[in-house]
Amino acid sequence: MSSPNGTPTKITQGSQTKGGIGESTLRPDGTLKVTGEFAYSSDMWHEDMLWGQILRSTVAHAEILSIDTSEALALPGVYAVLTYDDLPTEVKNYGLEIQDTPVLAHGKVRHHGEPVAIVAADHPETARRAAAKIKVDYRELPVITDEASATAPDAILVHENRDDHHAGHVPHPNIVHRQPIVRGDVAAARERADVIVESEYTFGMQDQAFLGPESGLAVPEEDGGVHLYIATQWLHSDLRQIAPVLGLPEDKVRMTLSGVGGAFGGREDLSMQIHACLLALRTGKPVKIVYNRFESFFGHVHRHPAKLHYEHGATKDGKLTHMKCRIVLDGGAYASASPAVVGNASSLSVGPYVIDDVDIEAIALYTNNPPCGAMRGFGAVQACFAYEAQMDKLAARLGMDPVEFRQLNAMEQGTIMPTGQPVDSPAPVAELLRRVKAMPMPPERQWESSEGADVRQLPGGLSNTTHGEGVVRGVGYAVGIKNVGFSEGFDDYSTAKVRMEVVGGEPVATVHTAMAEVGQGGVTVHAQIARTELGVTQVTIHPADTQVGSAGSTSASRQTYVTGGAVKNACELVRAKVLEIGRRKFGSYHPAWATAELLLEGGKVVTDGGEVLGDLADVLEDEVVEVEEEWRHRPTEPFDLRTGQGNGHVQYSFAAHRAVVEVDTELGLVKVIELACAQDVGKALNPLSVIGQIQGGTTQGLGVAVMEEIVVDPKTAKVKNPSFTDYLIPTILDTPTIPVDVLELADEHAPYGLRGIGEAPTLSSTPAVLAAIRDATGLELNRTPVRPEHLTGTQLSEG
Amino acid sequence: MDFLRPASWEEALAAKAEHPTAVPIAGGTDVMVEINFDHRRPEYLMDLNRIGDLSEWEVGEESVRLGASVPYTRIMENLRAELPGLALASHTVASPQIRNRGGVGGNLGTASPAGDAHPALLAAGAEVEVASVRGSRRIPIDDFYTGVKRNALEPDELIRAVHVKKADGPQQFSKVGTRNAMVIAVCAFGLALHPRTRTVRTGIGSAAPTPIRAKAAEEFLNAALEEGGFWENGKIITPSVAKQFADLCSAACNPIDDVRGTASYRRHAVGVMARRTLTWTWESYRGARRVTEGAA
Repeated sequence: MSSPNGTPTKITQGSQTKGGIGESTLRPDGTLKVTGEFAYSSDMWHEDMLWGQILRSTVAHAEILSIDTSEALALPGVYAVLTYDDLPTEVKNYGLEIQDTPVLAHGKVRHHGEPVAIVAADHPETARRAAAKIKVDYRELPVITDEASATAPDAILVHENRDDHHAGHVPHPNIVHRQPIVRGDVAAARERADVIVESEYTFGMQDQAFLGPESGLAVPEEDGGVHLYIATQWLHSDLRQIAPVLGLPEDKVRMTLSGVGGAFGGREDLSMQIHACLLALRTGKPVKIVYNRFESFFGHVHRHPAKLHYEHGATKDGKLTHMKCRIVLDGGAYASASPAVVGNASSLSVGPYVIDDVDIEAIALYTNNPPCGAMRGFGAVQACFAYEAQMDKLAARLGMDPVEFRQLNAMEQGTIMPTGQPVDSPAPVAELLRRVKAMPMPPERQWESSEGADVRQLPGGLSNTTHGEGVVRGVGYAVGIKNVGFSEGFDDYSTAKVRMEVVGGEPVATVHTAMAEVGQGGVTVHAQIARTELGVTQVTIHPADTQVGSAGSTSASRQTYVTGGAVKNACELVRAKVLEIGRRKFGSYHPAWATAELLLEGGKVVTDGGEVLGDLADVLEDEVVEVEEEWRHRPTEPFDLRTGQGNGHVQYSFAAHRAVVEVDTELGLVKVIELACAQDVGKALNPLSVIGQIQGGTTQGLGVAVMEEIVVDPKTAKVKNPSFTDYLIPTILDTPTIPVDVLELADEHAPYGLRGIGEAPTLSSTPAVLAAIRDATGLELNRTPVRPEHLTGTQLSEG
Repeated sequence: MDFLRPASWEEALAAKAEHPTAVPIAGGTDVMVEINFDHRRPEYLMDLNRIGDLSEWEVGEESVRLGASVPYTRIMENLRAELPGLALASHTVASPQIRNRGGVGGNLGTASPAGDAHPALLAAGAEVEVASVRGSRRIPIDDFYTGVKRNALEPDELIRAVHVKKADGPQQFSKVGTRNAMVIAVCAFGLALHPRTRTVRTGIGSAAPTPIRAKAAEEFLNAALEEGGFWENGKIITPSVAKQFADLCSAACNPIDDVRGTASYRRHAVGVMARRTLTWTWESYRGARRVTEGAA
């Protein structure tokens, strides 16, 4: 079939300047996005297409006694209604690591909103009505909602007969994965402690809240295959999960990335991919599925809510002695990325501090709550919230300044992680804290003006709740550590295909990868790398698809490092071939072709001394040079299942925040005035994008500090606020000034010395805001997000 | 679903008489959400946008006649002096886009306890002008809200306008939400001083099944102000009087626990807002400080 409307086309980017790395070149999709011209996946359209609709469970845990689709099928305009019984092969489950997620529910539903049946119809309204006519008879089961109910002696197993690779080592079948880390002698170290601080922390369920809901278009192909246009984070991971369910070889499932409206981890798992393909193959027609906002809250995994129990000790001169922690993550009904989140939470649970004696345990539960998986910060966020609260409590007990206390215990290059892995690149933790503390403070009572109080600068904003009454300022600090790239022995490679040729007398590079551009700016950076390495101005970015090898996931702050590294590597290989052609053609004219270090700059071949040897156009003429190559960062190792020892991580990323808040202490409302950030980025390939990532991550961290939470009813495991009316994300009035101090200390192991940056600011933002609110109110606040009732002592109902 | 598009008020009334289940729609900021989420499938939808009169207002000697469809933006821009409480409330409605479309008629039609206009209308003492083919009548705002999302309209009636007395004293409006903009009220409070009648009126939103007045609080305060000659002498209201007023406002609430907030918090917050808005309006009345009506 023909290709649909609204799918990506090639983007060619020129540049007035050299436009190489280190410049703030503008993103090619930026103007289109802010003017509404950009085609998102939900905008796609195909002649003669059908609309898909998913029927989801209305209860969290139940046996399915029967499903009656007859009335739905009888509705005019309905082309197909499929249930579990219609799945074409023996492969009926999928999953990132553990294939435990049914494509359509079989005999049982395990969480609220689980897909039970799918419908294709000629109009979205018809599809919705048909789905509503499907009769599902449920027999409800008790719900498992927390550790106590999951591991009770008579607990129902969320998944019976587990045979995944974690099943053998977990203490209970309702625990997805457990990772202990033990190092040193905690009992002996505890003896040396002059103060001990012990607390239990709670982290609420955050949603990625990307603005472009899940959507895609599956087009059946003449060869019996299917072409899926999809907004995702990792095309090849999707492909690996989709093809077996359809019973098709991978080369008959073509995938092209469509316009992605944000991801933040929420598109790592499949959503409607297989459903759209099944309906397209069944009906022989293109099928589009678009979730609405309500459905989107059920259509992707969330950030793991967590209970974290921490104990720290310190000597009276302020040195940390030991740390014990137990982190319980709620993975919900299906595994998703839970095992890797457990690995991160445990291995990064100490934070960016030197503590030689630790006893750590992290687990993820299977429950009937919504499935949780990847989200920006990935296990490190929950730990950072808790250990940073602990640092403030320890400093307070010791009568020390909280920043100085952190600096005294800060890790640095050479520090050994609790996993036994040495930190072998710059770790400027104390310096980041120093920088963020040195930034000028916003003026006191900044809401006062000659006109009276500017309520926009006060808690409550235009809701006009205070003109200064009850308002107390607080200041708080936090710092965090995040791993970059996939860890624990995962083969985390990327592929890039780079082509160079002369078009209209000018050398042009084409970069083709399967990297999902989800807004992070990879397409900008790829062009910059190609310009730097190949000396061209014009770079064409080919749409991302599965016609080229995997680029790995757009997550774990890894794309600039790994796919950027692959593009750099492929460019270097292209450059070598181009120089080889040059030597063949012109080597005899100038000795430098053989003796000098040669570069490609400004469309010419030049020596490292700056002498021009020839035009690229003359060297290449009609020849096309093309290279496709995989590229890998240094390998990692799994963590030992008993001791947690192992060189599990590739690289670390560090950010520090200072939060300044005004709290209306009577009403419990918070206005974050400023969130200053200092971050080491190794090398800023695009400084403007770096600032954007840091400000975005900071804001997402602020969200879960003061408002963002999916509320699940503990009695029914049903989601209570699946809408942007009641799941609140920060508006511009909630977003403070975010001054950013960027440090560039090169990591010699990484391309250009760069460091993955996208996640670290999300870690420290939340605990900095919490620390500032504690400073203003004097309350302990061991839970995030903070709600007005927590600040006013009104959380209990009046019964 | 049939879509009715009356060209005039008379046609609209005739259509409503013929199809009493018809749901009127103007800005659509409430009704369309319900339809989009499939919470509501009215048999008939009646578009009132062709009736220009509904988007107009008149400032009279005593009061303002505000057409049911006058958008909140217009109230903020044009009626700040006459209807200061309602103008402040309008500021807190959703986003600029919604304020450009939504009007008071929709708030009244839906009669949700969380509607932002209600506390201001209660405090100012408004009357709702409704009409049917049988004729028109004015419903005092105190009698308008009859239950959760229910109002005093007969099935064949439409809301045409709201009559609100021009402010004869300071008015204030406060709303608590868990975000600094674009948020549904956790609870809200409106207060108006009426020096001419030497009375104080209040309005509470989102803290009871319907928008309500805190009548016991008003009576207490009216008596206290009268007794102490406060209206004449313009003395500072004593903290104990303000506190008792706030406590009585809290006591007037009959809130629920829900995903937006606890009942206990709502009671508490209404008390805080009552005390603050009383202070602001009274200080303004005394002329002891500049009037603060919020930004913008």
